[in-house]
Amino acid sequence: MINAVGRDIPEEILKITGKEIFQGNHYKDGYTYKMDGPMTHVVMDGRESKLVPSIADVLVKCGIRDGMTISFHHHFREGDYVVQMVMDEIHKMGIKDLTICASSLGKAQNGIVPYIEDGTITNIQSSGVRGKIGEAISAGKLKGLAIMRSHGGRVRAIESGETRIDIAFIGTPTCDDYGNCRGIGGKSDCGVLSYAIVDADHADKVVAITDMLKPYPNFPAHISETKVDYVVVVDKVGDPSKIATGAAKPTTDMRKLMMADYCTQFLIHTPYFKEGFSYQTGVGGASIASTVSLAKVMQERNIHMGFGVGGMSKPMCDLLVNGQVGCLLDTQDFDLDAVEDVKELKHFRISAGEYCDPYNKGAIVNKLDFVILGALEVDTHFNVNVVVGSNGVITGAQGGHPDTAACAKCSIIIAPLLQGRIPAVCTDVTTVTTPGESVDVVVTDYGIAINPARQDLIDCMKDVDLPFKTIEELRDIAYRISGKPERVQFSDRVVGIIEARDGTVMDVVRQTKPFEFS
Amino acid sequence: MKNPNMKRLRRTMMFLNAQKPGLIKDPYIYKPDSIMLDLEDAVAENQKDAARFSLYHALKEIDYHGVERVIRINGLDTPYWQEDIRCAVAGGCDAIRIPKTESALDIHLVEEKVLAAEKEFGRPEGSTLLMAAIESARGVMKALDICDASERLFGIALSGGDYTKDLQTHITGTGIELMGARQNLIIAARAAGKQCFDKVYTNLNDTEGFRKDVETIHLMGFDGKSIINPRQIRIVHEIFTPSQKDIAFSEKVVKEIDSKKAQGIGVFTVDGKMIDIAFYDGAKRTIELAKASGVYKGEL
Repeated sequence: MINAVGRDIPEEILKITGKEIFQGNHYKDGYTYKMDGPMTHVVMDGRESKLVPSIADVLVKCGIRDGMTISFHHHFREGDYVVQMVMDEIHKMGIKDLTICASSLGKAQNGIVPYIEDGTITNIQSSGVRGKIGEAISAGKLKGLAIMRSHGGRVRAIESGETRIDIAFIGTPTCDDYGNCRGIGGKSDCGVLSYAIVDADHADKVVAITDMLKPYPNFPAHISETKVDYVVVVDKVGDPSKIATGAAKPTTDMRKLMMADYCTQFLIHTPYFKEGFSYQTGVGGASIASTVSLAKVMQERNIHMGFGVGGMSKPMCDLLVNGQVGCLLDTQDFDLDAVEDVKELKHFRISAGEYCDPYNKGAIVNKLDFVILGALEVDTHFNVNVVVGSNGVITGAQGGHPDTAACAKCSIIIAPLLQGRIPAVCTDVTTVTTPGESVDVVVTDYGIAINPARQDLIDCMKDVDLPFKTIEELRDIAYRISGKPERVQFSDRVVGIIEARDGTVMDVVRQTKPFEFS
Repeated sequence: MKNPNMKRLRRTMMFLNAQKPGLIKDPYIYKPDSIMLDLEDAVAENQKDAARFSLYHALKEIDYHGVERVIRINGLDTPYWQEDIRCAVAGGCDAIRIPKTESALDIHLVEEKVLAAEKEFGRPEGSTLLMAAIESARGVMKALDICDASERLFGIALSGGDYTKDLQTHITGTGIELMGARQNLIIAARAAGKQCFDKVYTNLNDTEGFRKDVETIHLMGFDGKSIINPRQIRIVHEIFTPSQKDIAFSEKVVKEIDSKKAQGIGVFTVDGKMIDIAFYDGAKRTIELAKASGVYKGEL
């Protein structure tokens, strides 16, 4: 069946998953449902200890068995040890056929690939997959399907009961013996535990894993004891040097600075750039440079940001320090400055649900004016791909991309026209991960294209001195330089689905195969 | 016929290694006035042929959107320069930069080979311009001869590193070691009606030092500066582009002189300043520079 972004979704995939095809961003607007809740093991006896001596013991206590769904968060980023240590124990027990539901998976989890190959793990749900796991899925090694869904989409899947988590493993920098978790105060601080909150709220069993046991009460708790069944103390939950590093140096790459400048100039000429505007950006060089150049204009014009939201890094925290933003609403900390800054009064922790869940009574992204996002590819329909690389291998993550792009009043994609020798602007993206209806502007080093659906923005920019082009012109420039790329060749087998934030199917990812020369 | 590009705007002339496809594929996006595709110092001895190959195809295939394409060839004391010229002319470059120029003879030698290459590859005769880099005390002393040596030669450029070595000093950052050469070169260039360009500034992180350096050479009369990174373009263009205040004043001066001349008035005031015909050329030059820089919207 052809969906709203023109992708042909195989009937058998819709049948297996029980899903519908993507029918536009607002298809489920106003939908009413009963939120799913966890099985709760009541503890009324204060003498009962939640401390369990080891991962192996806690697995037994939780009743781990074949076919269960277990969950993890990705706040320890590239430094995470928790997924590996839990999976190693599960593997030793000979458990098979597990579904991993993680907020993201990356290189830190490369070590679980053998467990995919031997059938310990047969299904993966994540916001995307980097590293060896992505390669394994693309090579067809996962027995079931990989479901790639946005951060908001993950919360939706859990809250709606589509994904039922049997055991949630929550790595936490600090915890007391009764399960109060905090993202700070330990030796592996990650600042916030935003993505794990939905797991704590909805999983049948919740296990806190820490390397720093604090005296009771470890308050104010970021995840409350009321949600936690067991606490396990381990030597190390992660490698601090890979969890939060020093802030990235501001880029000196003129190409990125130029794109940042275009982005800022565009942004300040929209009607949304006014006192109290809201803003989100990523951590790419050009995105960070955009924040820096925007801060200068804000200062010159005495305009203040109302709130900044999403993943935080030093340039956003600097806005708070300099009194240029009312508050920061933080879902993830990308550097040590952000981990430190989250202790500030106006730097608030929020859950992934508050951030971008499409299935609650209104998330923060609904109030967002601007979002600046990256892309691996953008096509002439403004569809964006952030998951599948130019070689057809799963290599990235949607994260909050589809959620923020869908909701922000002005969604700006910033990407160099050529990623190495591969055109970033093309006729059809390899895989659609964010639909074109969510994308308003594409900023490249060769020019800026406004989505024709946004005639209002086109009108605003009539007298603005920026290199405006149509998206087709940008594609043609790219093709002129690199040549028109051959499409990646895939086999027929579907190895993963790209889920829209409302749970419908945006696209499928197929198994890769060696290129056949015709 | 005189080449129409002799006097074109050359505020920024950006060096790029001709062997690096990533660098030479699209430098026009940064909007320098000229790029200088280097076959000389940036290219290792055993890579000269590969660099020529890459250069030739870049010149043939890439639309540089009007940015002038100057090729820095290898020195006349090397075995490479003649083939460099053939490659550059075959590709259809706009100009050739001759390194280590010390005499009019150097220009004549290059000119002869350029003409031969233009004939060989069917390029219009005279379409390839020349510029000379002055890199020694002897070159500085011969600057006027060099400027006068060819109708193809649009300008001369100071190359600071080799020059200061020859002077037995070094780049100090104060500019004191370059004073004589800079003065001599700009005077020689102006005497011959040619353009003059300053040396590169290599400390990319010292933005303030770079700005001061550019302000100095701008006041000295230079037409532009050799640069090594696109980050330097904006600063040079800011300094070399007339301000709106200067443009407005020059516009008034030109218009007033034109109208007063018709009325037989020689001296008058504009915005409280005494003006006579001596101001005319300067004001015209400001308007021309503003036009070339794309910041003049008037009708002159």
